[in-house]
Amino acid sequence: MSINKKDRPVQATIADGAQKPVRKSELSRFFRVFFGRWVVILGFIIILLFIFASAFEAWLSPYDPIKPNVVESLQPPSSEHILGTDVLGRDVFSRIIYGARVSLMVGVIATSIAALIGMAMGLAAGYFGGWINNVIMRITDALMSLPPIVLALAVAALLGGGLRNVMISVGISMVPTYCRLMCGQVLTIKESDYVTAVVLSGATDTRIMLRHLLPNSFPPILVLITLNMGIAILAEASLSFLGIGISPPAPAWGAMVSDGYRYLISNPLLSFAPGVAVMLVVLAFNLVGDGLRDALDPRLRGIL
Amino acid sequence: MAAYIVRRLLLSILVLMLISVMVFFLLHIMPGDPATIMLGIDASQERIDSLRKELWLDRPVLVQYGHWLAGAIRGDLGKSVIFREDAAGIIADRLPITLHLSIVSLILSTFIGIAAGIVCAIRRGGFWDSVITLLANIGIAIPVFWLGILGIYSLGLHLGWLPIQGYTSPFDDFWLSLKRSIMPIICLGIPAVAVLARQTRSSMLEIVRQDYIRTAWSKGLTERKVILKHAFKNALIPVITLLGIQLRTLVGGSVLVEKVFNIPGMGRLLVDSVMSKDFIVVQACTLIIAAVVLLANLIVDISYGWLDPRIRYQ
Repeated sequence: MSINKKDRPVQATIADGAQKPVRKSELSRFFRVFFGRWVVILGFIIILLFIFASAFEAWLSPYDPIKPNVVESLQPPSSEHILGTDVLGRDVFSRIIYGARVSLMVGVIATSIAALIGMAMGLAAGYFGGWINNVIMRITDALMSLPPIVLALAVAALLGGGLRNVMISVGISMVPTYCRLMCGQVLTIKESDYVTAVVLSGATDTRIMLRHLLPNSFPPILVLITLNMGIAILAEASLSFLGIGISPPAPAWGAMVSDGYRYLISNPLLSFAPGVAVMLVVLAFNLVGDGLRDALDPRLRGIL
Repeated sequence: MAAYIVRRLLLSILVLMLISVMVFFLLHIMPGDPATIMLGIDASQERIDSLRKELWLDRPVLVQYGHWLAGAIRGDLGKSVIFREDAAGIIADRLPITLHLSIVSLILSTFIGIAAGIVCAIRRGGFWDSVITLLANIGIAIPVFWLGILGIYSLGLHLGWLPIQGYTSPFDDFWLSLKRSIMPIICLGIPAVAVLARQTRSSMLEIVRQDYIRTAWSKGLTERKVILKHAFKNALIPVITLLGIQLRTLVGGSVLVEKVFNIPGMGRLLVDSVMSKDFIVVQACTLIIAAVVLLANLIVDISYGWLDPRIRYQ
């Protein structure tokens, strides 16, 4: 059988044409849907600004966020202090910028804790089934029967306040959602033909779980992680507002709202401004999470 | 149906037992002697000893748990270290306050949220859909405590329309109670409205794609009939599941709202007890909150099985 040399490039083009455009259109579809709505772009920009602020805090903020300067206590907004100063004379704008890093750290680390523990639990429950599934799911039910903030408060009561403990308690309070989502994903994927093929080829449990089930259940988990970044930041702000979170003088948005509350009549901005920061960042993560969900949802393929 | 109810009930009791184990060991994972931690370093040795005796701290841990659980079942949740009163009694005074605000808020937010969600689904992509969807996104992101402060500043201090603090029972003075509870109820309800509107919207959009809705349209039914009679009833099922979770969210929100508005409810009690290391009350509050949420979920599950017979046989 002789292969006509002239045919080969043609065949190659057909093969390329059959595969490459599909992949390209998958990715471009993702971006088209993701950036298709202006609110998602807005959210994305806010998140970029937020990360930028926490990376270059010292360079962006005009004043020291912690050192008291009592002479300039409780000043109204002016060209020197665009959001005024707090009772110790510290620049509110600078403190908000420094607060971004605290929020971002809590968001990233608490969400990672929750995602790692929750995914491991859900993976084990979904894959092994039987009594393991029962035990893990009942523990999840128990954790879910408490409002997340109550759970976080109970853990914080045990561990005490401070940045590290806030991250742990917020993280633990978010574990159950990952566990449930992961378990549901695994149960669906386990039934598919390619997993049966892997099982028949003699792969070990660990390999099946880590190489096949974990990556394939990732898209909805990614959406949850994005949404949970916002939820974690909101939870940290709430705990700090209650006085159980990050200890002063470190700048935390929730604690700033609570501190400013005492001067509500004379300096309402003290407590309004950090609250706006919390709201914008949480809103941004929610918008981007929704955008990701639409972009990753296979059912919406062809519609959007 | 009876078998389904019994199964759900047993499951709830099992979960409550698990909670009780977690809550109990909360006190015992801590390094150091619980009695000393609760009373502080400067407490007299006599007082520490008596508390140790009261909590059975000198016995094995499992015996302690048994003692505590037996007490909890009888309604004895221990004595508060700070108030020097029965924790159960303190909670009995405060739980109705939290439930009053949460339940009123739950009812209002359910109606408003579902209505908003339906409007969005019917006018998908239209003006009202965009406005409500954006507001719902903001409603979920808004810090409840900050919303409360905003309300206190604008409606309370600035306009002077509403009182800014405290709580009155509706049975004592209905008008004062109403005025005092408007802002807390709105603060609690806004995230709930937002979540419900989103859920109703997406579940309605899911339903209107179904074949039987097309059939209903092609029969020549009016829009009103198709939406309310055919689509809405089926879209309601996932929304009802959400109600149990909503009560959980509202009780969680009351922790913050009660702090902002200075309302002596369960949430406030929990925060104060965490701050003053009154772990007996922290344990009791956590257990009671879990029990209330589980009860709400049980009611939701049962009504769910009644509404949708497919669920009962799973």
